Amino acid sequence: MTLLPELNTIDQLLNECLHNLARAIEQKELNNPLMVGIHSGGVWVAEALHQRLNLAEPLGKLNITFYRDDFNTLGLHPTVAPSQLPVDIDGRDIILVDDVLYTGRTIRAAMNELFDYGRPARIWLAVLFERDGRELPISAQTVGQRVMLSSQHQIHVDGPSPLTAHLVTREEIA
Amino acid sequence: MAVNFVRPIIPKLTKDPWAIQFDAAGHLKHLLTIEGLGSSWITRILDTAEGFMSVSDREIKKVPLLRGRTVVNLFFESSTRTRTTFELAAKRLSADVLNINLSTSATTKGESLLDTLRNIEAMQADMFVVRHEQSGAAHFIARHVAPHVSVLNAGDGWHAHPTQALLDAFTIRRIKGDFAPLRIAIVGDIKHSRVARSQIHAFNSLNVGELRVIGPRTLIPNDIEPLGVRVFHDMRAGLKDVDVIIMLRLQRERMEGGLLPTEQEFYRLYGLTEEKLKWAKPDAIVMHPGPANRGVEIESRVADGPQSVILEQVSNGIGVRMAVMALCMSAES
Repeated sequence: MTLLPELNTIDQLLNECLHNLARAIEQKELNNPLMVGIHSGGVWVAEALHQRLNLAEPLGKLNITFYRDDFNTLGLHPTVAPSQLPVDIDGRDIILVDDVLYTGRTIRAAMNELFDYGRPARIWLAVLFERDGRELPISAQTVGQRVMLSSQHQIHVDGPSPLTAHLVTREEIA
Repeated sequence: MAVNFVRPIIPKLTKDPWAIQFDAAGHLKHLLTIEGLGSSWITRILDTAEGFMSVSDREIKKVPLLRGRTVVNLFFESSTRTRTTFELAAKRLSADVLNINLSTSATTKGESLLDTLRNIEAMQADMFVVRHEQSGAAHFIARHVAPHVSVLNAGDGWHAHPTQALLDAFTIRRIKGDFAPLRIAIVGDIKHSRVARSQIHAFNSLNVGELRVIGPRTLIPNDIEPLGVRVFHDMRAGLKDVDVIIMLRLQRERMEGGLLPTEQEFYRLYGLTEEKLKWAKPDAIVMHPGPANRGVEIESRVADGPQSVILEQVSNGIGVRMAVMALCMSAES
């Protein structure tokens, strides 16, 4: 039996992300960024970050259901919360927020959807957790915590308030 | 390909004609009629449509969900609006669309329909959208297509027009919210209307407070009350306290059968004028599946007036048809 990694508290994770994002903005790596969360976990995380970063424009929300590559095997689930991008994203720096970066497929779908709205100048990926298991060449610029996990384990983020995170095993999910 | 067409031989429908709509896992595979869907599937379709509505507001009005799939519009009966909205729906899902208009006047052997089906199937079609003047045509096709093909009924004879009923329910839900407190009246030629038949099944599944049909005796089926509707022959009584008025298109060929005296007479008694509209609730909405005969079943000032949601119905039709296409072509998880 392998020892499971300890997850940091939500406050620690958010602070780490905030610190990193604030520095990127200060050093002009990100110019007047627009924040966009991915439904549902990413939106919860983005709401917390958006509020604390004091960004002028409202938060964007992406629902990537129609862009998933597993439509043929997993089917379609009704989405009561469609994508909402409050401002034009053309030429903008975008902070794309998700809860966990795992295979990278969600991020690919999100980027495809973003490009159907316009052509951003830059997409910066911020995640609460980055874990191993990438299936696509995608990496995050802002990470709350890096975690090594076997494919038997998943990080489950719940929200919106309180925002919580815990480890679950495959059996628990099934 | 055999383009010379074809009147199918429609066998008698089996006891549960709607069971064929679902695959072995109970997932929606074909949409042929509202019957058998129940409120859970209807609600699921409406919820999914809500998600698709935003796609039409974007600069790039497309999502990649059905990329690489082929949708064939198989229209044995002419229709502009329905075919166009099905075509747009498929294109907004990134499917390839083939429109085939087949005249029903060319009557040949029943087998020819199957021949044509096989030909189109051989082109790797994934979905047929079928409109036919014969009731049961879509069922017939659904029974004979290859297992991977889905069939959508875009109107068959007097039988059913399920996507129209779904888009009407969707329009009502968007404006009025809950169905339970609503009184809905369907006005006109109920007897020959596949739209009315599908609406009655849909609204009853959704537990609409009260469903009424209004029209002359000759245009309302005798045995309709057990379907859960109240019958009125008088507009003033029928429209009292109504939240939603659905006008049906009066098909001119019905006049020839002696079911109606004249268009003018029908308009005088049942045409929705501004004056008659006042008999309904002040915030009642006016719907029409189109195309409307102005001055026959509806006054222009009503069709274009503030209570009319006729054009919203058309826009909503795209989202609802996207939802049905996506759900029928998706696997169940």
